[in-house]
Amino acid sequence: MTLGFGPDEIEAVRISILVSTVGTLAALPFGILAAYALARWRFPGKTLLDGLVHLPLVLPPVVTGYLLLLLLGRNGPLGALLDQCCGIVFSFRWTGAAIAAAVMGFPLMVRAIRLSIEAVDRRLEQAASTLGAGPLGTFFAVTLPLAAPGILAGTVLGYAKAFGEFGATITFVGNIPGETQTLPIAIYTFIETPSGDASAMRLVALAIAISLLALFASELLNRRLVARLSG
Amino acid sequence: MLEIAVRRRVGGFALDAAFAVPPGVTALVGASGAGKSTIVALAAGLARPDAGRIVLNGRTLFDGAAGIDVPPHRRAVRVVFQESRLMPHLSVRSNLLFGRRRVTPRPSRPSLEEVVVLLGIEGLLPRRPRSLSGGERQRVAIGRALLAGPEALLFDEPLAALDAARKAEILPFLERLVAATALPILYVTHALEEAERLAQRLVVLAEGKVVADGPFAETAARAGVATAAERLAAATELVATVSGHDEAYRLTLLALGRHRLTAPGVFGRPGDEVHLRILARDVIVAREAPQAVSIRNALPGTVRTVVRGDGAVAEVAIDIGGAVLRAEITRKAADELDLAPGRAVYALVKSVVLAEAIGS
Repeated sequence: MTLGFGPDEIEAVRISILVSTVGTLAALPFGILAAYALARWRFPGKTLLDGLVHLPLVLPPVVTGYLLLLLLGRNGPLGALLDQCCGIVFSFRWTGAAIAAAVMGFPLMVRAIRLSIEAVDRRLEQAASTLGAGPLGTFFAVTLPLAAPGILAGTVLGYAKAFGEFGATITFVGNIPGETQTLPIAIYTFIETPSGDASAMRLVALAIAISLLALFASELLNRRLVARLSG
Repeated sequence: MLEIAVRRRVGGFALDAAFAVPPGVTALVGASGAGKSTIVALAAGLARPDAGRIVLNGRTLFDGAAGIDVPPHRRAVRVVFQESRLMPHLSVRSNLLFGRRRVTPRPSRPSLEEVVVLLGIEGLLPRRPRSLSGGERQRVAIGRALLAGPEALLFDEPLAALDAARKAEILPFLERLVAATALPILYVTHALEEAERLAQRLVVLAEGKVVADGPFAETAARAGVATAAERLAAATELVATVSGHDEAYRLTLLALGRHRLTAPGVFGRPGDEVHLRILARDVIVAREAPQAVSIRNALPGTVRTVVRGDGAVAEVAIDIGGAVLRAEITRKAADELDLAPGRAVYALVKSVVLAEAIGS
């Protein structure tokens, strides 16, 4: 017992932080790539990609979770393949919860990053190329640093969405204490349990504290980034 | 030697230009919209010609027919842009070294110390571009291009965004740089004074075509581009006749066609011919007959031509009946007076000026 929290409650917080962090960080490279493609490239199927990226934002989370289950479940086409070739299983594991978190946070993340990449002055990228920087060098030396505040904002939004994710997670990986029971799912479970009100209240308070702290930290980081960029 | 022969069509504008930039400075001048900046973009690889060839020191950078198009980062053609384009997130030092870290070393490449001294930017190294003045920013941009080991340098109106004082501050650095290097340098500008100070060769571009190309002074004369020195001397030669005198005020009255002029001093006899040389900069243009001003000589006429260009000055030719008077006024004044061929105006000349204007 620490600070009056029960083992199930501590487990839920641990899993939530683990799942959101891993999910968001794993989604970030793909988010930057998708945002860059949508902001800068012209290719057939761009509208389709745009729609696909935004789909989790408009679909009921339960539907997203069910689609993930169909695709990545043990009997799903991708899930079966991953299980056979590499022994990777997502269903009813915390890694599956991380995937659900990543997918749900993805649209918000891409939106913010895309806007910041669109705002980067392309004339600076051109100048970099005349100085000998190739496309990749230009991206890492110019585009990425200048888009950093937007990337941070996108990460924070994605993380917040992942941290609060409920529907897709419970549909895809269920409600297993110590494995897939995240903080929102734990709160829901405690509310449903006759004697769980106190536990639920403690977790609610903790959720508020964590959210405020994250918001404060990101604001601080953002200020420093903006100050650094504007010299 | 940078050889450029390119064609490119964008909308209704067609660029079709061929010229060479030998070691030393070649100025590329022309009105805005003539295609100067497009040529820079094509040579640097930032835009693609529809057809043509670009060759730098024997190395083909672009060949439409052969399908060669070397990307900008492999061209070693460095550009100094009008708006500096320094990286806002990097210090001056990192900006200077931006290209240097990315290109293979060349024996001819100057060191950071040399460039910093040449451009007088020793004190700026730890600062951010935002805290620099416009002139300082351009000097850093020039240093950045030099440190990246150029095989050719392109200046795209590097001083156009600066005021006269900043221009005067930066030109000596450019002159020193030009003297210290044997690179082919293309200097795009619409300010002929800059080009005159820096360039040995001149390429004149008009509506996407090269209209003159060669050694500077010769080419400027051939293209009818007035250099700064010529503009100062621009004048109209006129012949007037003495029609009488005003002894009380010590003036001589002159007849010029149907016009009457007054010149200070008593000279000549009625019927004598006098040659007048009226400098274009001494002529004032008015839309209405002036009243209550000290100028005595107001010659009614009509505007024949107005040459505006992009500079501060516009040249107006005024038909005063039997003669055409040249006037040099600011382009702003020409616009505000809405001067256009056919418009009725008054050409005003101070009497005192006529004293200096009268030749024997």
